[in-house]
Amino acid sequence: MLEQLVSALVTVVLGVGGCLAYFYGSNILLDRLFPASASNDMAAVRNLKIQSSVRPWLFLGPALILLTVYLIYPVFQTIWLSFHDKAGTSFVGTANYSWAFNDSQFRQSIFNNFLWLLVVPAACTFFGLVIAVLTDRIWWGGLAKSLIFLPLAISFVGASVIWKFVYDYRGEGQEQIGILNALIVWFGGDPQVWISLPFWNNFFLMVILIWIQTGFATVILGAALRGVPEDTLEAATIDGAGPFKIFWRIMVPQIMPTIIVVWTTITVLVLKVFDIVLTMTNGQWDTQVLANLMFDWMFRGGGDFGRGAAIAIVIMLAVLPIMIWNIRQANAEQKGGH
Amino acid sequence: MWQRIRLEPSRFALHFAVLFIVALWTFPTAGLLVSSLRDKDQIAASGWWTALSTSEQSSQARTKGNADQVEKDGRFVIAGNLFEGDSAHSSLSAWGTNVNKPGANLPGATAELGSGQTLTVNADGSYEWGSATAFPDERGRRVFYVSSVPPRFTAENYETVLFSEGIGRSFVNSLTVTIPATIIPILIAAFAAYALAWMKLPGRGFIIAVIVGLLVVPLQMSLIPLLKLYNATGFLSKTYLGIWLAHTGFGLPFAIYLLRSYVAGLPKDLIESAQVDGANDFKIFRRIILPLSFPALASFAIFQFLWVWNDLLVAIVFLGSGEDQLVLTGRLNSLLGSRGGNWEILTASAFITIIVPLIVFFSLQRYFVRGLLAGSVKGG
Repeated sequence: MLEQLVSALVTVVLGVGGCLAYFYGSNILLDRLFPASASNDMAAVRNLKIQSSVRPWLFLGPALILLTVYLIYPVFQTIWLSFHDKAGTSFVGTANYSWAFNDSQFRQSIFNNFLWLLVVPAACTFFGLVIAVLTDRIWWGGLAKSLIFLPLAISFVGASVIWKFVYDYRGEGQEQIGILNALIVWFGGDPQVWISLPFWNNFFLMVILIWIQTGFATVILGAALRGVPEDTLEAATIDGAGPFKIFWRIMVPQIMPTIIVVWTTITVLVLKVFDIVLTMTNGQWDTQVLANLMFDWMFRGGGDFGRGAAIAIVIMLAVLPIMIWNIRQANAEQKGGH
Repeated sequence: MWQRIRLEPSRFALHFAVLFIVALWTFPTAGLLVSSLRDKDQIAASGWWTALSTSEQSSQARTKGNADQVEKDGRFVIAGNLFEGDSAHSSLSAWGTNVNKPGANLPGATAELGSGQTLTVNADGSYEWGSATAFPDERGRRVFYVSSVPPRFTAENYETVLFSEGIGRSFVNSLTVTIPATIIPILIAAFAAYALAWMKLPGRGFIIAVIVGLLVVPLQMSLIPLLKLYNATGFLSKTYLGIWLAHTGFGLPFAIYLLRSYVAGLPKDLIESAQVDGANDFKIFRRIILPLSFPALASFAIFQFLWVWNDLLVAIVFLGSGEDQLVLTGRLNSLLGSRGGNWEILTASAFITIIVPLIVFFSLQRYFVRGLLAGSVKGG
């Protein structure tokens, strides 16, 4: 154990140190090669010019290289691979895609992903809104929000263990130690094997992600709600609008942009959902989703990179509209403000 | 403020509703924590919500054999305690010698067993088995009993998972992955953010647009090409360096995005006056930008820390599954496969994997929330 701690420490120091060394080293080198305090003024000015045109790239360099290697190049490579065979050597046209659309597991995944997309962002946003409104009006609201927020710090695998325990099933007549079945039995029902219940098991998996992400929605929507001008609300109350009317007609429309942001953020997350399905069912009992199916094909039978890549492209296509919308928003913001 | 506007239904219903939601959200985690501290037989026998109450348990034990018999007043007697070597049981509420009638006799009662044999079992588990003639059998007699077991809390489960299920080792592995994978992107992103916010460079707008686009590119797009690349290069494959760089690459778009919007909001005068004083950009960055950006750096650090610590996908693709590389999430995943029904192992392991993020989260919640807001409300 001690030995590993030491070696871990050494690797940590080397990794971080190397990074620091680059930034210090390259900047000092630049200062030395083109000194600003050169002997004659002409040279000094020229050196300063060189410095200011090179230094941004020293600062940006590592980031650009890493972004290119880890995100940009892979996007193109994945597109390329999706038109090639298993090992990525010979061109197969659209064979991987036509395989996918005829594969029952792939269709199942598409169907399930749709279910997830329909339910999870909506549920998170809804619960987030309700909790934000309710907790804002009581003195212990901060604590309540912290507790609801807490699952956001828990890993998907950890959350899966937590919920597997909630869904635990014992044969009829035995004492149920999973709280859900215990409740069902207490109310006089029959215990169920929740995670292998066809179709409905998808929802039991979704509950986990909703449980995790609602805190996120609560915090962001709560902040937006606090930005709704008090005058508007007071005017509405004076006009005799009830609480539900105020909520739906005034608060929700006012914070619509934030709702969209929350919705799309969770949508992107849902499209990538992997850990929960892997640990809860590994796609059994008709719960397969695209991300898990792709992982499966990456390693199944030595790995089929063509099919895996094709599935990744399908996920990417689903994200694409959100990506374009984001870029347009960011560009508009840049032109408008700063 | 909004809360000053009077809205009915009554306050009571409001408090109750929030309490109900909070209970719904915390119960699952509470179950995990309570179970991880319970005796492992009790976890399997009763729900965690009954952890504080005494539970009834049916068990069986065997008396001693003829080797231990003593002659007393002309009778042969074997005496002992059914609970021997098992401290968890405290009180016996019924017993019997027939498997079909395990609760036939009350404690303290004496049962006739035929051929002159009698058996008395007391509430504390002590028994006396008497016979008119010498006991012929080497093996003792089976006795069935119902005992009430007091709640028992223990740290044994944690000891087991830390030292014999490999969780301790994985904990160190997780730290080895997480710490550099948090610090390296901060450094790289901070420099890049400053360059994109304050330095003159061609194509700045384009680079920012690309970074915003990369924010939502699914990790899945990168997995296969990088796996191929790593396998081809060799030195990155299944190494800590490889996974640090991967996490850095995947974390960079958000890091640059978050830090850039913060750094760009710093007062212009400050930077300009430093330039007038002859400070170059490296100096400005170190002396002014870094200290002032602390809140944003802290926000991102928490995000990246949680994301890397909680990650499973990147770890199982780019890191090995050997003892010295398996991280906590990976270990927990494999325990789910191999120890599916052993809740004492799973709950304790899961709690160890989530305790670090929970501590980080609670102690630095302010920065975390600030980062969330900056990351999503501003741009999206």
